[in-house]
Amino acid sequence: MALLELQNVHTFYGNIHALKGISLAVNEGEIVTLIGSNGAGKSTTLRTISGLLSPRQGQVLLNEKRIDTLPSHEIVKLGISQSPEGRRIFPRLTVLENLEMGAYIHSRRDPQYRADLERVLDLFPRLRERVSQKGGTLSGGEQQMLAIGRALMSRPRILLLDEPSMGLAPILVDQIFRIVQDINKQGTTILLVEQNALMALGVAHRGYVLQTGQILLSDSAKSLSQNEMVQKAYLGMD
Amino acid sequence: MAVKAQAQPMVSDRSSLGTLRQVLAPIGQILIFVIGGSLLLGTIVVMLALALQAGQANLLNGVVSVLPLVIIDGLVLGFLYATIALGYTLVYGVLEFINFAHGEIYMVGAFVGGGLGIWLASQGLLATMHPLIFVVIAVFVAMLASGLLAVGIERFAYRPLRGAPRLVPLISAIGVSLVLQDLVRLIAGPARFNLRYPTLNLGGRIPLFEMSTAAGTNLRVSIDNQSLIFIITSLLMLVALNYLINVTKLGKAIRAVAQDRPTASLMGINVNLIIALTFFVGGALGGGAGVLFGIKYSTVNPYIGFIAGLKAFTAAVLGGIGNITGAMVGGIVLGLLEAFVSTYLTLFTNGRLSGPDYASVASFLILIGILVFRPSGLLGEAATQKV
Repeated sequence: MALLELQNVHTFYGNIHALKGISLAVNEGEIVTLIGSNGAGKSTTLRTISGLLSPRQGQVLLNEKRIDTLPSHEIVKLGISQSPEGRRIFPRLTVLENLEMGAYIHSRRDPQYRADLERVLDLFPRLRERVSQKGGTLSGGEQQMLAIGRALMSRPRILLLDEPSMGLAPILVDQIFRIVQDINKQGTTILLVEQNALMALGVAHRGYVLQTGQILLSDSAKSLSQNEMVQKAYLGMD
Repeated sequence: MAVKAQAQPMVSDRSSLGTLRQVLAPIGQILIFVIGGSLLLGTIVVMLALALQAGQANLLNGVVSVLPLVIIDGLVLGFLYATIALGYTLVYGVLEFINFAHGEIYMVGAFVGGGLGIWLASQGLLATMHPLIFVVIAVFVAMLASGLLAVGIERFAYRPLRGAPRLVPLISAIGVSLVLQDLVRLIAGPARFNLRYPTLNLGGRIPLFEMSTAAGTNLRVSIDNQSLIFIITSLLMLVALNYLINVTKLGKAIRAVAQDRPTASLMGINVNLIIALTFFVGGALGGGAGVLFGIKYSTVNPYIGFIAGLKAFTAAVLGGIGNITGAMVGGIVLGLLEAFVSTYLTLFTNGRLSGPDYASVASFLILIGILVFRPSGLLGEAATQKV
């Protein structure tokens, strides 16, 4: 039984048909990656799952229950959390306040809140040094860590990561992906959207290749990285 | 692992001392502008008096003897503008939209408080309660009424237009303000068009200090109770607002929504609810200000919201629109300026120019000046946080 499932999802921006019948599934405990070029519909898929966009056709199911009719603030409560594209941290809130907002659906008196906070600050020690700094003053890498940490604060069952490597130095990209694997090993299912297909297929169990709003291929990460077409188009091999 | 975790410093919530500092810091800023503004304007009028003294006997004496009263008047006016300006700035911070019906929300608050007073008086209840109790009740009831009114306006006149071009909700706001003016006029009827607040026996003037002037006369400075209540109540409202915005989870959610609406909803924040609450808070502050105005100046009419709203808008722009501390500071500066112009223009021109008539001219000149030369306002963009 899939934890998260998309069935024939069609999403539009006005008249632009962005997703043309996407079907995919994410099982409990997996890291699944969506790869594809600019404009393929990767972020649109995540925005549809989170409820920021609603599909005109098709269904999004969490544990076999439809969620595509719910507003996004209700979807978070069901255990889906997103670290959005471009990080989108709150620039004029402090690091700690950003994390607090991540835990908005939980009471601050909840004893688990403390533990969540410590867990995130253990995952990202750089954030611990900067808790009282404003989010907008962080470097790009630190902002990415904050965005992921903030998404973890809601204690999600499934974490949606949108381009966590974007704009980061290679050494930071390695570090972020190692942490993504750690988070998964601690029990969080992950749906990872990436343009950096090489890195993404390196950490994922399975993957889907998106092109112009449709799924082109789906296979285990290992097979995908050996697929000739994928190698040519997304891994830069001849 | 456990040992390692213990070795690291625990991240605690901001200490209570830090919280206190955060809540009171804007009050300090207000105090600086109150003292600085009074000193600056006071010095200017004294210099002018010295320069003009040749022509008019005893000018300096006259200027100095009314100075404390002018400052008190200016502060009352300043806190009035500041409290109303917060409604503009809160809503602007969250929606980037000027709620031009806010002046009328303030006016409705003034009528609700006055109406309550008249009703209590007719039931014979007003005479039995301490006047301060009445002030507290009237302020609360008016805050509630104006807050709910603001929420209703947002729900029916602004929310359906949220995706529309910016001009559209603005026009809707102007429409709402006209409707409210005439609706209140209709309900009040001709007999209560000028609604008189019941007279409250708040006691006499409270002496502040005495000083001897150069001319050898003793100058006694005192403040009337209405002004004192006005200043204290609005200060309390400002402190409460600061606490709400900076310390509570709700306040942080308001700031998060102001900074990035879709991302706030990804946190599980119900954005529409937070926007409605922002309107409630802004409207409640306006309603409270309305009652305080009624108690201080005793008569209100359905059109007081128009000019007061424009002035408060000027104050919000002066301080930096969207900036909470800025709105308070802008209000104080504007109030002091108007009080000084109103009194001293008459005094210096020997009555040839009527000061009160030109006070608004000074305010709106400031508005134009700020928009042309420093659109980010006195406190600028970076100086303090926006909502």
